[in-house]
Amino acid sequence: MLKIRLIPTLLLKNGRMVKPKKFGADGERDVGYPTTTARIYNSQDADELIFLDITASTEGRNFLINTLYEVSKDCFVPLTAGGGIQTIDDIQNLLKVGADKISINTAAVQNPKLISEASQKFGSQCIVVSIDVKETSPGHYEVFTERGKNPTGIDVISWTKKVTELGAGEILLTSIDREGTMQGYDLNLIKIVSQAVSIPVIANGGAGTRQHFVDAIKLSKASAVAASSVFHFSDSNLTQVKSFIFNSGISIRPI
Amino acid sequence: MNVILHFFNNLSIKNINELENYSSNMIAIIDYGMGNVGSVTNAVNALGYEVIIPKTKNDFHDASHIILPGVGAFAEGMKNLQKLGFIEILNYEVIQNHKPFLGLCMGMQLLAESGDEGGTTTGLSWIKGCVKKLSVDEKQFKIPHVGWNDIVPRDNSILFKNVTSPIFYFVHSYHFLVEEKSSIAAESEYGKKFVAAIEKNNIFGLQFHTEKSQREGLKVLGNFLLTSN
Repeated sequence: MLKIRLIPTLLLKNGRMVKPKKFGADGERDVGYPTTTARIYNSQDADELIFLDITASTEGRNFLINTLYEVSKDCFVPLTAGGGIQTIDDIQNLLKVGADKISINTAAVQNPKLISEASQKFGSQCIVVSIDVKETSPGHYEVFTERGKNPTGIDVISWTKKVTELGAGEILLTSIDREGTMQGYDLNLIKIVSQAVSIPVIANGGAGTRQHFVDAIKLSKASAVAASSVFHFSDSNLTQVKSFIFNSGISIRPI
Repeated sequence: MNVILHFFNNLSIKNINELENYSSNMIAIIDYGMGNVGSVTNAVNALGYEVIIPKTKNDFHDASHIILPGVGAFAEGMKNLQKLGFIEILNYEVIQNHKPFLGLCMGMQLLAESGDEGGTTTGLSWIKGCVKKLSVDEKQFKIPHVGWNDIVPRDNSILFKNVTSPIFYFVHSYHFLVEEKSSIAAESEYGKKFVAAIEKNNIFGLQFHTEKSQREGLKVLGNFLLTSN
């Protein structure tokens, strides 16, 4: 039986790893060095790892490339890389140093053709479209780009359907309102997106307790659950979260 | 190696080079623009083997094992192998010379007689059967099939020897409908059963990404690298 995936996300900025709250609107904290943390997550049987360069500068990209190169030598799980990806060459460069999947966000909205070109060239399985969403009025979810700064006026459901048609292999769905708050995933958001598309949806933003993961899987039908704060700032590590999910009757890879 | 070099001290440099080539345990990983060559190289290196990315017929010849990784579309994969002139070399090394061969993900699918992805295309035709899109209820089972899934290996499988927790990482939308049932080494289930592994003499194939399946994945890769022709 296919397992639910538990995926830690690592946010990179200027050579360090950080953890913002609400995309930086409520500040951010330095949380260490990514290669060390990635190895710990690997030893705790993470199902995948996601690395996002949130500075999206050339300098940031080099750091992302070095991190992936280091991590891929001894972490044998799928690695996703993203942040500021704009061209087919950007994708190729990250795949060369050890990324297995690439996450595209702002550039996908600016140039949707990038999704179809990239998925044709590298396969759908390689292209994760990352979607950052804010609930702008009750029940209405709008897509934001440029690390949550730029409202696009695009509704999340129409965008997820479009990226699926263009060949995206997965969706990394992040709630800007919940990110870093540790108050739980936006269950309604995950549910409506999961139901709208045929490709897997990775829930992200808000996990703070072990029960939050279970809720996203059981109530909202996420294919995978991603988180970072909970692993940085709470007494839960990956092993404990996995055991909790498993003991809740969910099919997850045992430790 | 020093002893051997000493023994062959009086021979010409050319002969010593030849000796090194034939006695090496070099693993060829085929780069045809369709694979995660880096990831597979890392996994093979982690197991203590050296890797060669073959460019010429001799490079294939020097390798003890051949691995064909693969992500992307079947048609494109065959086209690229053809363009590089590798199909003929592979037929020679694997079918005539019986060199151990492992196809990963699409690299396994290319062993089929034909594949549908990117337009129906003839495959390497080493294993009878064809590659078709997973036909499942897409409301219930999302496509691609992404993630860790259980497999059931057959008894006495070579690849799955000493594997205690057979759960591996899959990413695919197509699957190999194998006609020769005796070649099926493991099955998995996603909506319905599909072939997860193939073993036929010196020919091996894995639908999942063993190079990305942590400890158990490295065990399977290690089992393949221990086979000999």
